[in-house]
Amino acid sequence: MAESTPLVRIEGLYKCFGNLEVLKGIDLNVQQGQKISLIGPSGSGKTTLLRCVNYLEEPTRGDIYIDDELIGQRLVGTRKVPMGDKQLARMRAGIGMVFQRFNLFPHLSVLENIILGPLKVQYRERAEAVALAEDLLDKVGMSAKRDAFPEQLSGGQQQRIAIARALAMRPKLMLFDEATSALDPELVGEVLGVMRKLAEEGMTMIIVTHEMSFAESVSDQVIFMADGNIVEQGPPRQIFRDSQVERTRSFIRAVQEH
Amino acid sequence: MFDTSALHKGIELLPYFLNVLGMGALTTLGLTAAAFVVAVLLGFCLALMRLSRSRALRLIASVYLEILRNVPILTQLFILYFGLTYVGITLPAIGAAIIGFGLNGAAILSEVFRASIRTIDRGQSEAAFSIGMTRALALRLVVLPQAFKVAIPGMANFAIGLLKDTSLASAAAVPELTFKARMLVSETYQTNLIYFLLAVIYLALSLTLSYWAARTERRLKVVKEN
Repeated sequence: MAESTPLVRIEGLYKCFGNLEVLKGIDLNVQQGQKISLIGPSGSGKTTLLRCVNYLEEPTRGDIYIDDELIGQRLVGTRKVPMGDKQLARMRAGIGMVFQRFNLFPHLSVLENIILGPLKVQYRERAEAVALAEDLLDKVGMSAKRDAFPEQLSGGQQQRIAIARALAMRPKLMLFDEATSALDPELVGEVLGVMRKLAEEGMTMIIVTHEMSFAESVSDQVIFMADGNIVEQGPPRQIFRDSQVERTRSFIRAVQEH
Repeated sequence: MFDTSALHKGIELLPYFLNVLGMGALTTLGLTAAAFVVAVLLGFCLALMRLSRSRALRLIASVYLEILRNVPILTQLFILYFGLTYVGITLPAIGAAIIGFGLNGAAILSEVFRASIRTIDRGQSEAAFSIGMTRALALRLVVLPQAFKVAIPGMANFAIGLLKDTSLASAAAVPELTFKARMLVSETYQTNLIYFLLAVIYLALSLTLSYWAARTERRLKVVKEN
């Protein structure tokens, strides 16, 4: 496969919270259509890395490009200054994000949750937004709950709606931040099913997950992180079966023991 | 011996008392409503200023809050009503009271609003940002509608407190309930009966307000649960 310009390009990314260095120089490319899983022990920086991609966290140092556009910063001459609120919002609109705690809007119905972005951010016609939302509800298997409110839904149902809400913006990239970690075990499957379908349709995805078998079967590339560094990156088979790196092997062994 | 003639006289005068106190009650309600509107509008602006990213705005709002909150409301009313005449500004008594209670209430309500906004989980704003909302849009469409529900009990408490505090305006010659009652007392010496009526009227107004607030709160909850 010929290397085209990557959709996401991360260069020399550092992130500190106070004295704590959470990311210590991350370089990463994500090609169009690629599915990347980030795995690693908690505190390894994978969620922070994901949140830097849509600038919910501001990197301490380093650059992130989406479609060759610098995110969160703009160049004034040769100096980089923080992006304005409007410009940042416009960039984020093209990047879908799914949160561990769903974060649906509790004062809005399922349908209203999904059409809010298309209506108020993209200024689409209501009829068009509703039609799109209904397609997405069908896709995530939630058409029956169109008029329900979030608190009436199970965690798995809420997360599927959250995925539909993100997709309604027609993003070019989807970020999943431990999308199944807050779910009861019997509800994990329905959310992974929706994510798998999305992957098969060719969506570019960066997935922070503890679901190792899912990561193995869906990803093109798996990245193992520890202590703010990328320890190893490769196809799922290399990471999960044939790793030559002791740190990776001990992590994989530990999570597969139960 | 218990003097029944005074009581008898008082009962004869009851329609007159109720008529005068009724007028006073209307003034009290009008003053409360107008001051409440001023307090909500200004208090909301102050709350946004205190949550803003601009240090200057935060500082201005904090200074305002500390001054208004730590000077007795009666003193503030006297300054507005009497003090300003020295610099050539004469406000009608009721106008001075509306402004005084409004400015003072804004300081109290800004704390209610700020605390309500703070209770909304950060994940809500993050979700709004993630679908491309600016900070202003996320505040308007996601945070404030939720914070408003949280703020209702605090706003109701404030309104009831305000209703009772407006009695202080009688000291600045605003013809509200308490002022009318004192007028009637000096006119007829029916002290007990008049102040008893005064208490009943305040109680009725306050309880109506509480009931109204509780119903609004309940209705908003029901909408959410259905």
